[in-house]
Amino acid sequence: MGCIYGLVALGFVLIYKATELVNFAQGDLLMLGAFTCYMFVVWYGVGYWTALALAVALVGLFGAALDATILRRVIGQPQFSVVMLTIGLGAIFRSFASIAWGSEIYTLPTPFSARATRVAGVAVSHEYVSIIVGTVLLCGLLYAFFTFTRVGLAMQAASQNQLAAYYMGIPVKLMFSLIWAISAGVAAIAGVLLAPVSLIDINLGFIGLKAFAAAVLGGFGSIPGALVGGITIGLIELLSGAYLPQGFKDVAAYVVLLVVLAVRPQGMFGRIARKKV
Amino acid sequence: MRFIFKTSYTQDLGIFRDDVQRNWYLALLIGLLVLPLLIPAYLVDVSLVFIYGLCGLSLMVLAGYTGLVSLGHAAFLGIGAYTHVYAIQDLGLPWIVGVALACMVTSVAGVLVGLPALRMTGVYLSIATLAFALIIQEVLTRWERVTGGLKGKPVDKPVVFGVYLGGDAAFYFLCLVFLIAGLWLTGNLLRSPTGRAWVAIRDSEIAAQSMGVNLAVYKTSAFAYSAALMGAAGALFAHKIGFLAPDIFSVLLSIQFLLMVVVGGLGSLHGAFFGAVFVAMLPVAISQARDLIPAWASALVGPFGKDAGAAAFLAVDQFVKKPGLEPGLFGLILVLFILFEPLGIYGRWRKIQLYFSTFPLYKRATFRRQKAYMRSERLR
Repeated sequence: MGCIYGLVALGFVLIYKATELVNFAQGDLLMLGAFTCYMFVVWYGVGYWTALALAVALVGLFGAALDATILRRVIGQPQFSVVMLTIGLGAIFRSFASIAWGSEIYTLPTPFSARATRVAGVAVSHEYVSIIVGTVLLCGLLYAFFTFTRVGLAMQAASQNQLAAYYMGIPVKLMFSLIWAISAGVAAIAGVLLAPVSLIDINLGFIGLKAFAAAVLGGFGSIPGALVGGITIGLIELLSGAYLPQGFKDVAAYVVLLVVLAVRPQGMFGRIARKKV
Repeated sequence: MRFIFKTSYTQDLGIFRDDVQRNWYLALLIGLLVLPLLIPAYLVDVSLVFIYGLCGLSLMVLAGYTGLVSLGHAAFLGIGAYTHVYAIQDLGLPWIVGVALACMVTSVAGVLVGLPALRMTGVYLSIATLAFALIIQEVLTRWERVTGGLKGKPVDKPVVFGVYLGGDAAFYFLCLVFLIAGLWLTGNLLRSPTGRAWVAIRDSEIAAQSMGVNLAVYKTSAFAYSAALMGAAGALFAHKIGFLAPDIFSVLLSIQFLLMVVVGGLGSLHGAFFGAVFVAMLPVAISQARDLIPAWASALVGPFGKDAGAAAFLAVDQFVKKPGLEPGLFGLILVLFILFEPLGIYGRWRKIQLYFSTFPLYKRATFRRQKAYMRSERLR
C-alpha cells in the first residue's frame, strides 16, 4: 500500500518539480488508468501486459494533451487558480468515468491473482510483490532518466528557470507536455498495480489525498523522498490500524501530514530557499 | 465617465461612494424586504443563498483578501453547526448564546489551523487545510456523544429571545439580518488597518513584512475572523437543513465554497454574493434542465423522422439522468471560469460597467493580462 502512495506521490512530485503546478487531479488520472486497463482486459479480451502498455500510453497521451490545451494557459498565474483548475478537472474525470464505465465496482484479473510465495514462513501474495517490484523499477528508471539523460537534464533546467532554459534552446513547452505525459503514465501504472488489491471504482482517485501526505512528508520535489514518504505513510497507517482505537487508521495519514507541515514544512528531503531582496 | 470630486473627509469615510450608489443599495434592500410577498414558495432557496453568501464572505476574506487558500472551509461550517446545536439543544442555552459560542469555537479552531499556517505558503497551506477538514469529518463521525455520529442529529426550529422563527419568511429575515451584519462588519474591517494589512500580505508577504505588518498576527487573525463568520453561517445552516450528519461537511462542500469565490470574482465582496447566488441556484437550474433538455433534443432531431425524435429523447434523457453528471458540471464551470474569466462574474460586471461609462472609448486591452512567465514560488 505504501508503495502505491509512493507512486502517486511520484506523479505529484514530477509535475511540481517541472512546472510548479500541484496536480490535484493525479488520483483521478490513476482511476482513469485503472479503468482503461480494465476495459481492454475484460471488454476487449486483450492480454494483461498489452493492456497495461495501452493504458499507460493512452493516459500518458491524455496527460500531454491536457497540458497542451488547458494547463499551459495558467502557467505564471497564481497557484490558487491552478489548484482550482485541477480540482475542477478531477471532478470532470470522475463524472466522465461514471458515465462511461458506470458506478459499479470491478475487479481486474491479473496474472498475479491468487498466487503466493512463502518467504521466511510468511505467505506473500504476488499482487503485493508486483506492486513493490513495479514501484522500485519505475523509481530507479525515473531517477536515472532525470540524472543521466539529456532530456532529463533539460527538464530540470526548464523547471528551474523557464526563460533561461528557453534561451538555451530547450523546447520548454514540449518538455512540460512530456512531463505531464510521464506523470500521467506513472499514475496509470499505479492504478493498474493497485487495481487487483483494492477494487476499481470511480472513487479510487481519493487515494490521491493520502498520496499528498506522502509527497509532503518526503518533501515536495524530491523523487526518492516521495517513495520513502509513501512507504512511511503506508507503515504508519498499518501500525495505527493495529495499535490505536478504531478510526485512527483513516486519519493517521492526515495527522502526520499536518504535523510535518507544522514542524518541518520542507519535509524529509526537501529544500526551501528564501528570496533575498 | 463620471469623476467623484471629494470635498470633505466625511465623504471619504462613508461606506458608499456617493448618493447614487447608496440609493441603489437602498433599492436593493427594499426589494429584498418585499421579496417574501412576491415569491413565498422560493423563500427557502433564497435563505440558502444568504447563508452561502455568508460562507462566501468568510472564504473571500481568507482567499480573496489575505491570499490564504483554504480547501477545508466546510469543516468550520461543520464545527459551527454542531457547536450551535449542541449548545442550544443539549446544554439548553439561549439561541443567541449558541451562535456566539459557535463563532467562538470556530475562531479558536481557525487559530489552531492558522498557527501552523504561518510556516507554510501557497499550496502547502491548501493541503494542510484539506487534511484538517478530513480529520474534522472523522471526528464528527466518531464523537457520537456530542454529534450523534453517523445516525445524525435532528435540529429544532430556531427560537430567538422567545420568538419562534421557524416559518419560511421569519427564517428568511433572520438570514438576511445575519448577512447584512456580516457584510457591514467585513466591509468596514477591510477598510481598516487590519484589512489593509491583509491585502498587503496577499500582494506580497515580503513587502508587507518590511512595511511593518506582523505576519503572524494578521494571518492568524484572518483565519480567526473567517472561521468565526463560518461559525455563524454554520448555525444558520444547521437550522436550514434541519438534520446534521457528518458527511454533509465533506471536501466537496469546501470545493463548492471555493467555486463560489472563484466564480463570483476573487477580491470583492460583491463577488462572494454573486458566487453564492450562482452556486445555490445551479442545482435548481440543473434539475430544471434535466427535464427540459431531452425534449429540446427530440425537437431538434424531430424533422428527420418520428422515430429519430423519440430515440434522441430516450438517449439524451438517459444521459442527463446519469448520477455522476452534476459534480462534473461543477468542475466544467470551474475550469471554464478560470480559463476564460479569471475575474469572475464581478469582473465581467465591471467590464460591462466600464464599457458603458466610457462608451465609445472602451478598449479591450484595459483588462488584458500581462504575459506571464512562470514565477517560482519555491523562492518566497
